[in-house]
Order: sequence, then structure tokens, then C-alpha cells
Amino acid sequence: MSNIPAELKYTASHEWIKNEDGTVVIGLTDFAQNALGDIVFIDLPQEGDAVTMGDSFADVESVKAVSGVFSPVSGTVSAVNGALIDNPALLNEDPYDAWLIKVSDVSETGELLDAAAYEAVCKSEEA
Amino acid sequence: MERKTPLYDVHIAEGGKIVPFAGYLLPVQYAGGVIKEHMAVRQAAGLFDVSHMGEILFTGPTALDTLNHLLTNDFTDMPAGRVRYSVMCNEKGGVIDDLVIYKFGDEEYLAVVNAANRHKDYAHMAANLLPGTKAEDISDSVAQLALQGPAAPAVLGSLVSEDKLPKKYYTAVRDVDINGMKCMISRTGYTGELGYEVYTAPENAVALWKTLREAGGEHGLIPCGLGARDTLRLEAAMPLYGHEMDEDISPLEAGLNFGVKMGKSDFIGKAALEAAGEPSRVRVGLEITGRGIAREHQDVFIGEEKIGVTTSGTHCPAVGKAVAMALVSADRSAAGTEVDVDIRGRRVSAVIVPLPFYHR
Repeated sequence: MSNIPAELKYTASHEWIKNEDGTVVIGLTDFAQNALGDIVFIDLPQEGDAVTMGDSFADVESVKAVSGVFSPVSGTVSAVNGALIDNPALLNEDPYDAWLIKVSDVSETGELLDAAAYEAVCKSEEA
Repeated sequence: MERKTPLYDVHIAEGGKIVPFAGYLLPVQYAGGVIKEHMAVRQAAGLFDVSHMGEILFTGPTALDTLNHLLTNDFTDMPAGRVRYSVMCNEKGGVIDDLVIYKFGDEEYLAVVNAANRHKDYAHMAANLLPGTKAEDISDSVAQLALQGPAAPAVLGSLVSEDKLPKKYYTAVRDVDINGMKCMISRTGYTGELGYEVYTAPENAVALWKTLREAGGEHGLIPCGLGARDTLRLEAAMPLYGHEMDEDISPLEAGLNFGVKMGKSDFIGKAALEAAGEPSRVRVGLEITGRGIAREHQDVFIGEEKIGVTTSGTHCPAVGKAVAMALVSADRSAAGTEVDVDIRGRRVSAVIVPLPFYHR
């Protein structure tokens, strides 16, 4: 069963979101890393890039598959987790520590799920 | 509706992640993941369920002539106990399937074909039999396990006497008793590593799996899924039907010349292959030098000139690089040529390299 921390918010496309004083931290959930398998490559935006709600801002590749990562907010990338570029396996090892980007100047936010609602999404995809 | 192999429940119990593949429900990986499984095969041993593969038995006084007519390789001088790779072409010289032939005797041969092509293959074979040959699809009465990796001889050697282990690549020993189960042990595989494929009756499959798992425990053997099977074969540059070849790609374009005997009197597709002459596109290896991972069906460029398309690609664990195979223009195929691959709209640098990527 996937690990779904109660204090985070989620999207139906398997990103986790944490709000740090107006800055939004975005990562990939445990369910997502488990579905992808061994992650071997990630392509991230750069600081200062704009992200748009609902659009893919990163590609995550495992040996099996490639998946886009979708931004639940519109805003400006204020930080990028560069450690993932050299060691994308961190996403498998500790998905809730291995954040992808931080977004500031958030102008719009899509629908976010709480842990219970996200767990229901995971269950329906496992079925 | 997908079918289950006799080992379905074992895969679930072993923690396999099940996916539909070629009409069967098979594990794509187990809990440890593809990279761990891949490395186990390169360094120790891995066990795969390949019971989905198709088996077609050819018997009769003209069986040899039928195979020489249907297939591109020549089986004339083949001794019993040998295994030979071949392609089966259509009249246009495209590939219907690739397969291996086991010779059991002068009037008895076994073809092992890709699961996804089994019914298509059998229909083509049955329609082109010479009088005096019988072809029988016996796939449902054969289970197959692949035991691959440098420790494979030690694992099997603990279960059968030395003389029952085939010594040479592409040879097989029939009627071997493994814990009371009648098996055929074949020194073949699809990983580029030393290993065996073990054939037995479906009712033995679960006990054989458990026997091999137990014998392999001390040698580092782990169960492996379709994911590792694909990364291993890609790293070893072994072609996969539907990727490196299909009904519109000739075996010569796919670089399978060793299995195509143009000197043979005749076979289905020979005239078309002769008429086509030297292939204008060829299979090459690509090492991705930029940031990214190439996958199948991505365009390959030199500058603005499109020279071909990738047929398979992934990150290969043992060589530690993103690699791909591609079909490119023959006159742009020299090793060392710098190219770009269009990875979902982004041009990523790559270089043409000799195949295979991995040599044991």
C-alpha cells in the first residue's frame, strides 16, 4: 500500500503539494514512483521559468516508461532540486523528501485532494 | 481476455507486478525492480517465466524441406540436438516472425515462436506445408522457464548430472530428469548472458520454478520479469519482433544476415530480398550523449536531415547509459556519426556505435 502522508495535498495525476508560506513545493507521490519503477532520468525546468496550471513541467523516466509531471499551480519556479538530476533514484528512495520544484508568485491553483481523497484515487487505479 | 501461464499464482506470491503482454498476464517486475533484476542476470542468475512463448512441432519425411521452404536459414546439415535461429519472411521479404528451430531427429523439429505471433505464424506455416509434413501447435502443452546468468550452470549443476547440461551455445539435451520432472534443457536465451531455457509440461511448471528458486538461493538467483527481459536483450542488441523487424522490415535491414541463407535454392521471400538488393537502411546502435532517454519511434537526424527512426531504447543498467537501436539510411550509418534524436520535441545528441552495447 502506498504511503500517503496526511499533512500533504495531492492531485489526481499523482503529484504531492506542500504550502510553505505562500511558496508551493511539488513532488511525485509514492504511488507514482512505485508505478514507474526504477527512475533513471529527470528533466526539470530552471529557476525563473513560468509553470502553468495543468501543464507538464518535467519528464520523469524509468527503465520502463516516461511520465510527465503536471503543475497544480501557475507561477514562477523559485527553486529546483538539482540533486535529482545527478541521482534520480532519490525519487524512488524517499519520494516525499525528493521534491522537484518550488513555485512562488502563485496566481492560480487547481483542485487539490486531501490524503483520504487521494487514497481513493490510488485505490481506483489499482483495481 | 488475457490468459494466465501455469505460474500466475507463483508470480503473485513472489510479489510480481502483473501486466498484460502478448495475450498473457505476466510479471513486468518483482518487488526489487528492473535494475536489480537486470544486474542479477549479469552478475549471478535470474529466473524468468517464458511459458507464453509458442511452440510448433514439425514432423514427417519432408519436415526438413518444409522448414527450408518456410524459413530463411538452412537446416540441411543441422545435427540433432542443435538449435538454430531463423527468420520467417512473407513474399515481400518482410518478417512474419523470428524464431528458433530445435532438431530432435531427421523427421522431427520444434519451432519456438513469439507469443504475440503464434496464431499468425501457425496459419502461415500450415498454409505452406509441403506434402508429407505435419505441423502441430503444441504451445498449450509446453511451459518454459529461462534460467540466465553466470551462476546458471552451478544452479542447474546442483540438480542434474554434468552430462545432462548442454555444453555449447545453441544445443539442447532432451529427457532430463529434474526432481522427477521430465525436461528439455537448452543452452539458449534472450539476455546476452550464459544461461538455459528449460522446457517441461505445464503441470510441472510450479514445482520446477520452486526447485530452481531453491537451488538458486545460495547463488543469488532472483525472479525476473518482462522489464528486465527487455533491458537485457536491448543491451545485448538482440532484436525484438515488432521493434527491430516487422512485416515491412526485411531481415537484411535488421542486420540478421547470419540467419538468411541467400545461397539456398529457394525460400518464401527470397526473390523479394534478391530484387531489393543491398538494403538502403540498416539497424545501428545509438548511445545517447545528451541528456535524455530515447524510446522507440523517435526520429533520428543529422542536422535537419532525417536519417531514420529508433526501434527500441531505454536506460541500460549494466552499461549504465541510455542506448537505442535505430533503422537509419545505410549511407549515414557509420560508427562514430553524430546524430540527434527527437525526444518528444527536444533534440538530444547521440552517436552511432557498434552493436552490441554489452558483451559478456
